[in-house]
Amino acid sequence: MTANLAAILYLVAGVCFIMALRGLSSPTSARGGNLFGIAGMVIAVGTTLAQPSVQDYLYIIIGIVAGGAIGTVIALRIKMTAMPQLVAAFHSLVGLAAVLVAGAALYSPELFGIAEADGGIRLISRIEMSVGVIIGAITFTGSLVAFAKLQELVGGAPLVFPLQLSFNLIVALVVIGLGVYFCFGQSEAVFWIMTALALLFGVLMIVRIGGADMPVVISMLNSYSGWAAAGIGFTLENTVLIIVGALVGSSGAILSYIMCRAMNRSFISVIMGGFGGVAEAGVSASQKSHKPGSADDGSFIMSNAGSVIIVPGYGLAVAQAQHVLREMADLLKKEGVTVRYAVHPVAGRMPGHMNVLLAEANVPYEDVFELDDINSEFATTDVAFVIGANDVVNPLAKTDPQCPIAGMPILDVEQAKTVLFVKRSLSPGYAGIDNPVFYRDNTMMLFGDAKKMVEGIVKALQ
Amino acid sequence: MEQIVHVHPLIIAITVFVLAVFIGYYVVWSVTPALHTPLMSVTNAISSVIIVGAVLAATPMESGIGKIFGGIAVGLAAVNIFGGFAVTQRMLAMFKKKKT
Repeated sequence: MTANLAAILYLVAGVCFIMALRGLSSPTSARGGNLFGIAGMVIAVGTTLAQPSVQDYLYIIIGIVAGGAIGTVIALRIKMTAMPQLVAAFHSLVGLAAVLVAGAALYSPELFGIAEADGGIRLISRIEMSVGVIIGAITFTGSLVAFAKLQELVGGAPLVFPLQLSFNLIVALVVIGLGVYFCFGQSEAVFWIMTALALLFGVLMIVRIGGADMPVVISMLNSYSGWAAAGIGFTLENTVLIIVGALVGSSGAILSYIMCRAMNRSFISVIMGGFGGVAEAGVSASQKSHKPGSADDGSFIMSNAGSVIIVPGYGLAVAQAQHVLREMADLLKKEGVTVRYAVHPVAGRMPGHMNVLLAEANVPYEDVFELDDINSEFATTDVAFVIGANDVVNPLAKTDPQCPIAGMPILDVEQAKTVLFVKRSLSPGYAGIDNPVFYRDNTMMLFGDAKKMVEGIVKALQ
Repeated sequence: MEQIVHVHPLIIAITVFVLAVFIGYYVVWSVTPALHTPLMSVTNAISSVIIVGAVLAATPMESGIGKIFGGIAVGLAAVNIFGGFAVTQRMLAMFKKKKT
């Protein structure tokens, strides 16, 4: 295959990948988009395998068969609640692969066509390799830490020690310095010390960040994995890698931005970390009066309502109550009640997570609305049914500029005629602040496990 | 007088990169928020196109460190490619319309 034909095929693959992302603009076109993505991958890998330099297929076949089998089994078995961890783990693999490819380029530059006549590596390629390996290494260890936090192998609280930021900054500067030094010297030792320190930096950067900020972290690492791929793409002068790297890099960056906006946090403050660890004992909750209710009360109120908006949060998924919640919604619809779902951007543990969890429970996507689309509807709604959510419906975000979630966009559930709040107790949420909605006259607290409570309501409705 | 005959390949690569960032920006903003999780899993799968670099490294007849690195990287990227596309397909299949 000539280099020109290969370049054209790589371009075709790149276009397929753009179409794959384009398809995600609506659920109806999304599955077709995914097929475009698979086609692009087949074209890209096939084109590479047809290169004249490809001689020994043994490692490639073993790698693809073994890796493919492992990947497929994991993908078919993983629970939807565990998607954030899975994505974090997958990011780490992209990062490690980038490190290994850059390492391979260091030892066998002639395979990638980046060798000088004397066997050394071209200066430009050395720069590109350093960028690729540094970002790849940070992605690898950073994603591993994110995985450990999401899988709850380690605690979610940020790990903070004195002079940490200065220490991180020094490590970062040394990494960059070694990168520059490598570009002038091409020493293998320098390359690996630089890589080792970049691996360390990935850990240092993410341990500072608390569990509540993980949606931003996953999105950011998604972005990094793209930039790492682009860096390697420059080294190989491979257009499809550069296109994909740029697409993925900007995708992750946009998702990070959306997540930050949904929490009203600046990206810098998330990266600086140290937030969302200790839940301070807020106002002594039990002293204010609230109105508790039972499953029967909830069932009675909702079956007599004209419209209900369900506000799910991650607690719903923890209690595995999504399926029985959908049953409840079906029964209410049978009684002629309009049922809709309101999803806050950070309702799950990663962007769009709650939508997937609801879809898994067979909730039709037309019933699920984003914050901006449904927030004005609460005022004309009879019942807001809050389940497993807390901070995202806390009006203090609007009224108290001192509170940790000040300025965060919230779902205005308190404007509904009645608020039914399913919760274990009056304890505060992630951000560690009390929620005034609990004590409003139009709020009824349904205390208990989310799943058991909804099961009780379903029984009463039948 | 010296004449420039060829543009440096790096410049072409940068051109492709910058244009692709812009495409990515506009395409990703048009993704519906409900599909942001599949967006992440599919971008994960396609970023594993880094496998093309791994394949080139894993291919020479004579063995060496580079070849071993390449072989491992092929395996890692394959986990991601198969896993990423499969889990995306699984999620997208769940997004159903209302039964009418």
